[in-house]
Amino acid sequence: MINFQYVRASTVKEAIGTLAKAGDGQFIAGGTNLVDLMKRGVTAPQKLIDINNLPLKDVKSDKTSITIGALALNSDVSENELIIKQQPLLSMALKSGASPQLRNMATVGGNMMQRTRCPYFYDTAMPCNKRKPGSGCGAIGGYNRMHAIFGTSNQCIAVHPSDMCVALTALEATVTVSGPKGSRKIPFGDFHKLPGQNPEKDNILQKGELIESVSIPENDFAKNSYYLKLRDRASYAFALVSVAAALSLDGQTIKACRLAMGGVAHKPWRLSEAEKFLAGKKASAENFEQAAKLSMAGAKSFGYNDFKLKMAPAAIVEALSKASGLS
Amino acid sequence: MKPEDTSNEKPHRHIKHTERRDFLKKSSLLTAISLAPGSLIKAAEAELDEKFASALEQLPLSIEVNGKMQQVNVEPRVTLLDFLREQLQLTGTKKGCDHGQCGACTVHVDGKRVNSCLSLAVMHQGKKITTIEGLANGDELHPMQEAFIKHDGFQCGYCTPGQIMSAVACINEGHANSKDEIREFMSGNICRCGAYPNIVDAIADVKNGGQKA
Ligand SMILES: Cc1cc2nc3c(=O)[nH]c(=O)nc-3n(C[C@H](O)[C@H](O)[C@H](O)COP(=O)(O)OP(=O)(O)OC[C@H]3O[C@@H](n4cnc5c(N)ncnc54)[C@H](O)[C@@H]3O)c2cc1C
Ligand code: SF4
Ligand code: FES
Ligand code: FES
Repeated sequence: MINFQYVRASTVKEAIGTLAKAGDGQFIAGGTNLVDLMKRGVTAPQKLIDINNLPLKDVKSDKTSITIGALALNSDVSENELIIKQQPLLSMALKSGASPQLRNMATVGGNMMQRTRCPYFYDTAMPCNKRKPGSGCGAIGGYNRMHAIFGTSNQCIAVHPSDMCVALTALEATVTVSGPKGSRKIPFGDFHKLPGQNPEKDNILQKGELIESVSIPENDFAKNSYYLKLRDRASYAFALVSVAAALSLDGQTIKACRLAMGGVAHKPWRLSEAEKFLAGKKASAENFEQAAKLSMAGAKSFGYNDFKLKMAPAAIVEALSKASGLS
Repeated sequence: MKPEDTSNEKPHRHIKHTERRDFLKKSSLLTAISLAPGSLIKAAEAELDEKFASALEQLPLSIEVNGKMQQVNVEPRVTLLDFLREQLQLTGTKKGCDHGQCGACTVHVDGKRVNSCLSLAVMHQGKKITTIEGLANGDELHPMQEAFIKHDGFQCGYCTPGQIMSAVACINEGHANSKDEIREFMSGNICRCGAYPNIVDAIADVKNGGQKA
């Protein structure tokens, strides 16, 4: 690992100020993604600003929402009683990610900012537009088993690897960020972006901005939520396809529904068409299959990931069935 | 700087960073350059003398390891794993993948299990670390160590320190209530020899026997 300067910040202001002054600096939280990438030479910041002492670790609730600090640990959030009771979808998604050890280090902000696991992105000897703009994409025409089927571009077909973010997209969370120009709020679904012509950017966070917290508005999905994650082994693996399903039921009738998928796009992939279709309908296998079919419009595979065209709709049906109690 | 620049020096032979700063200030940069490897010269040529000094810098760190306070200096890039193994010679903690993918490097930080390979030592200022060497009470093995022996919870033994540290935490966290739960919450520890069934038996045994934390 190339050496760097290391400083600790104790307030949000200090962290932002230090980063603004450092020409080439990065925040470090749990380090589970950043240290890995630095060891592999994918990134080599000259300065690391340790933000673990910032007072952003709490999970707080008021009448209308739950707010989670950016430095809350993935393990703590997944075990938090309030989250388990009111937002079980988030707890399930977090528990399906990484390993207990990693979740004890990984933070909410770091999880949002984690980079893709595309093997060409990690291998500095290979072309990759995300790592080195203009160098080409190794995965298009290469080994692309883990890659996207929605929202791809001719520059990049990588997926965002997070489970947590899929749940937070379905739950319509809001992100609060602060930077040298003040703070702003971003709807979770707008935080990550599609690759387009600038795949080097994963999200819309501006240089120098710090994620402070994520808020989840109150909802009545707690009873009928399910996070389904399909992967190569039973645990400790990234999703091939995952589905976050949250329903609000009145008997067998779906009052409202939220659906998002992981492992299929450069950002958590919201299934808005399926949500609209299901609203007001009966929770039945037939309707779930129809919703899955609608969701697959525009899907495009790249060879090794052709199987996702079948796996994704089946996963949608399964997640909806589990969430509604049909199976 | 390339890793070769400083890493093969033994820690006690390092000039203290205050002395080094002084040295840099007093001597002309040129003298320093004549002693320095190529990459440092490049940094100096670019008039990056501030950076030059900081790249050599070791940061002071107070950290408690297995009950013993350590006052040391470390380079920022040294992982907790390398610090334990190479600077403190505590080689019980193993390096498997060095990328968070196997769990061989599992240690406890303030009682919580973490992968020491993806964590920087300097990030643990004031923390309490427990490694496999710190688990036994003198000559008396920890119940989990005894259970691994009793149930044959290993073959080659390479993953074992990580498995045991993880297993102790798994019970403390309350995640050992069934064999399925044990399997899920031990999934961060890979065993190439496939000793999994016996590892699960060992943990279930300790759990049912009531582990002393
Ligand atoms: C073997 C392995 C398996 C994994 N499996 C999964 C999985 O199945 N599912 C899953 O979802 N994840 C998985 N992960 C990824 C893991 O969840 C992320 O590495 C973790 O969430 C990153 O959080 P961190 O706090 O460690 O971030 P760091 O590594 O500290 O930081 C990552 C990035 O985020 C930036 N950052 C951190 N905090 C902030 C902030 N508050 N504001 C602005 N920028 C910030 C940093 O500058 C850095 O660029 C896995 C990781 C490993 C190593
Ligand atoms: S898919 Fe994206 S991340 Fe992967 S090689 Fe292509 S450009 Fe790089
Ligand atoms: S050596 Fe740390 S997880 Fe493999
Ligand atoms: S005993 Fe050999 S790797 Fe587990």
